[in-house]
Amino acid sequence: MQFGPHLLLAILEGLVTASILSLTAMGLSLVFGVMRVVNVAHGEAYMLGAVLAWWVTGLIAGHPAAGFVIAAIAAPLIMGALAVASDRLVLKRLNYDPDRTIVATIGLLYIAQQTTLMSFGPDARPVEPPFNQRIALPWLERTEEGWAWFYPWGLSITSYKLFVIAAAALILVAIWLIITRTRAGLLMRATQQDSETAQAFGIPVGTVYSVVFGIGAALAALGAVLVVPIQQAHYLMGGEPLLLSFIVVIIGGLGSLPGTVIAALLIGLSDGIISVFFSPTLAKIIATLLVAMVLVFRPRGLLGKAPA
Amino acid sequence: MSERLRTDALHLGVIALLVVLFLTLPTYYAGNLSRIMVLAIYAIGYNLLFGYTGLLSLGHAMFFAAGMYGYGLTAQLAGWPALPAFALGILAGAALGLVVGALALRTAGVAFMIVTLMFAQSAYLTILYFGTWTRGDEGFVVPGVARVVLGIDLSGETERFVAALILFSLVLLVSGRLVRSRLGRTLVAIRENEERTRMLGYDATRLKLIAITVSAALSGLAGAAYALLFGYVGASFAAVPYSIFPLLWVLLGGAGTTVGPLIGVFFMFYLIDTASGITLAYMLIAGLALVLLTLFAPQGIAGLVRRRVRWLP
Amino acid sequence: MTTMPKIDRRSALLGLGASAGALAVGTRFTHAQSTAPIRIGFQKHATGIGAAYGRWYDATTQAAVARINEMGGINGRPVEIITEDDGTDPKRGAEVLEKFASQHECDVAFGTLYSHVVIGSAPRAGELKLPYFVVSEGHHVASGMLNRYTLQPGITDVKSQVQSMAPFVGANLGKKVAMIYPDFAFGHDHRDYFSAAIEAEGGEVVAKIAIPPTETSFTRYFPQIPRETEVVYHVMVGPAVLTFVKEMGEFFGPSRPEIFGFIDSLEAVAIDSPGLEFLEGTYFWEGNPRYAQENQTEWDAAYRDAVGVDETGASVDDARDVSTYAHMFGCWETLNVIKAGMEASGYQGPADRPALIEAVEAMSEMPEGMDHPQGPKLFNGRTHQVFGQQFISQVRDGKLVVAHTASIEDGMYEDEVDYTMQPF
Repeated sequence: MQFGPHLLLAILEGLVTASILSLTAMGLSLVFGVMRVVNVAHGEAYMLGAVLAWWVTGLIAGHPAAGFVIAAIAAPLIMGALAVASDRLVLKRLNYDPDRTIVATIGLLYIAQQTTLMSFGPDARPVEPPFNQRIALPWLERTEEGWAWFYPWGLSITSYKLFVIAAAALILVAIWLIITRTRAGLLMRATQQDSETAQAFGIPVGTVYSVVFGIGAALAALGAVLVVPIQQAHYLMGGEPLLLSFIVVIIGGLGSLPGTVIAALLIGLSDGIISVFFSPTLAKIIATLLVAMVLVFRPRGLLGKAPA
Repeated sequence: MSERLRTDALHLGVIALLVVLFLTLPTYYAGNLSRIMVLAIYAIGYNLLFGYTGLLSLGHAMFFAAGMYGYGLTAQLAGWPALPAFALGILAGAALGLVVGALALRTAGVAFMIVTLMFAQSAYLTILYFGTWTRGDEGFVVPGVARVVLGIDLSGETERFVAALILFSLVLLVSGRLVRSRLGRTLVAIRENEERTRMLGYDATRLKLIAITVSAALSGLAGAAYALLFGYVGASFAAVPYSIFPLLWVLLGGAGTTVGPLIGVFFMFYLIDTASGITLAYMLIAGLALVLLTLFAPQGIAGLVRRRVRWLP
Repeated sequence: MTTMPKIDRRSALLGLGASAGALAVGTRFTHAQSTAPIRIGFQKHATGIGAAYGRWYDATTQAAVARINEMGGINGRPVEIITEDDGTDPKRGAEVLEKFASQHECDVAFGTLYSHVVIGSAPRAGELKLPYFVVSEGHHVASGMLNRYTLQPGITDVKSQVQSMAPFVGANLGKKVAMIYPDFAFGHDHRDYFSAAIEAEGGEVVAKIAIPPTETSFTRYFPQIPRETEVVYHVMVGPAVLTFVKEMGEFFGPSRPEIFGFIDSLEAVAIDSPGLEFLEGTYFWEGNPRYAQENQTEWDAAYRDAVGVDETGASVDDARDVSTYAHMFGCWETLNVIKAGMEASGYQGPADRPALIEAVEAMSEMPEGMDHPQGPKLFNGRTHQVFGQQFISQVRDGKLVVAHTASIEDGMYEDEVDYTMQPF
């Protein structure tokens, strides 16, 4: 494939990755920003979201779109409830101590994975997309008769992937509105800035923590519902999004939501674009080192403010 | 008894206990001791940085792998004998620690975790990328001649145990001295309050760099020892889980204690081994145990002991 | 070891004497001496990325052992399978072998698919002097990397598989091949052995696209396939295989080249999964045909029956639960080789392990039959590796139909090791 179309394809694919990643990372960023804990089990919320989506769509007969819509509502709700429960049962009792939370959430990670392995099994299971047309994309090229459109071999995207990009953008705008324009958002921001003062002003910090933890998991699950018609539900699928979300949150700057989105775009796109120029594994090595170097020279991330 | 004497006595006691266990336990359990000791060296190296200096690294697998490949590749490709190859493994760990430390120490806290994680991830991918020589994920079997030290073949059960015991004892005794030394106490001071340590005139960055280099050297030693004693080199040891394991071992055993790492490795090893005998979903039991331990033994197992025995090093 | 030696010199001598005696008398009577079960340690990928294979390896193993026990066991003794999870991890794999040898007191160990687990475990097998029969299809055994105690008598290795595909691909699909494979050793074996083999057929590899492991999204790599490509050769492993194949179809759209893949890319995945329609007309290597063919042998039918797999290669209980049919027959056949080896050597106990290995090394032709339902085999005792016929199937009406059977000779190559020269 020529350079131009190749790059366009890499960018489009990168946008799909970035869309899912920004949702998952947004969940982690909220938890991180408000509660100041590293939730290692965040990737498992993503995995469980995908498995729940597979389960729900299997229950519902008829057009795949019906099952998909119900899954998109049910999976985040169930996952959110599970997260609230684990916050109450475990994290709260640890007083959100950073080190202990890491170990406890690693424990939760194993519990989630193994329970899924025992019930759902080890296979990767597909979910049918609600719609999925292949859309060939044109490319402009200069010929002897001047500029002309043509359809390069392989340059295409599917309607479902376009939908993922749009849906993620909508959800992100909605989150932004909730956080900046509603009372719930105000409580979250107050708790994020100074939980002790917030408590002194009568904000139920414990409840805010539980809700934030639930929303974080629900966002991961929602990302997974969107991705599962492209990829498959599998009990080990949570590792990669955890790593990437983690990176995105730090690169973006702790607790900065716009930073998180920018970083998600950056990480999602750079992986694809670098792969245009280098062999795949070398591209991965370079992309990984780049992330490290960004942090080495901007330790607080791109939009980070005062240290945590 | 002075503190230093007490520490040494405790450590010698631990070593004596290991020998007694080896002589009395059934074959299978006696054999496990060698592996536990090698992994405990890794955990001690990690603890030096995490437990004593307060730096949480998520990339120690790269140091373990540097030792493993530093030893394994020179033995496999260049045909080096065991001892020089082994020394090169330790050196590779230390050198990588120095380079990564110089860069990563510009950051702190969670950013430090991510930077180390990223460096480790690129190290892992590099091993795969040079698959022609490393055989990538599949790895390779260390040639038999490179497992003979001073005419002793370390692939025998007793020989392996003795070799592991010598290495572990050295590391335990030296680390016991180290944490009681001026350097060790300064590192703890950095952990507790870096600003104040700086104001007292210490070059905290240089000291942290020393800590990360020593920690990486010990991790490299453990990696080289694993390859030497168990005859296998492979990329899975450079992957993320092997960066998480030492953190778990240290937190479970008791961060900032010298015997905590050994206890943590012991505990995790038998937790998995026993649970896998009960059910195939043994990691479920491991997960539950982790959650319960953090709820009810927050300072790790050695931390529980330290509540009674306050002088525990 | 100084404590509780399992095999001291005295009992080893006794054991040797007993087995020599047994050989002299003939194996028929040996069952009178012991009725304790023969214990076979089974390394299972129950967790980790190999778990989809592990489940079916387990089902096949249990079925094979049930059959052996129905036929009276081995040397008159029942066979017992001791299963331990290796977590698809080389370190745990080695630990599990130690467990088999010294805790469970297994007679032999038997396992597993992923090469890194085999390579990580094999040195311990050699040190523990525990015969280790692997069903991995890796070239590690025949390459000489392992040791006298490690054998692969039930499944052909990847070097042989790949090599035997080249004549068909070159003659029928095209000469210009673009290869897509995972960027680890298994993929590199495909790259190296196929490149050499297709060049021998007058073809060439026009692109080598190595996909990093743990990758979950593949479209961005496909543009590296040159336009002149006549055949795409793909092989992928791990949980993301379906995404890989689906995105390949979406990339090519209506104008795809010929496609030849290793069924590893779709093992345990239904060929009629959504998004795979484009595979119609493409070709797959199969170690054993997933769909029952028109000329199905009685042995294949009986084997399917025993394992619980229907004529589409899926579980009889759940048509969506597709087996790892192209690989798992290796477990069945390996257990039968262990049985034959133990009977030929008059195996009594751990002291007879070297005799067992010598007996297997002495094997050569293994005729097709209930013990070898995949087809006839040729075992090379020097390299510890078996060779069997390979299948190339075409997707027709959503089913895999065998289009070509590569003979055992197509997959032969020169010995790279002679394990029989190594001491026990």
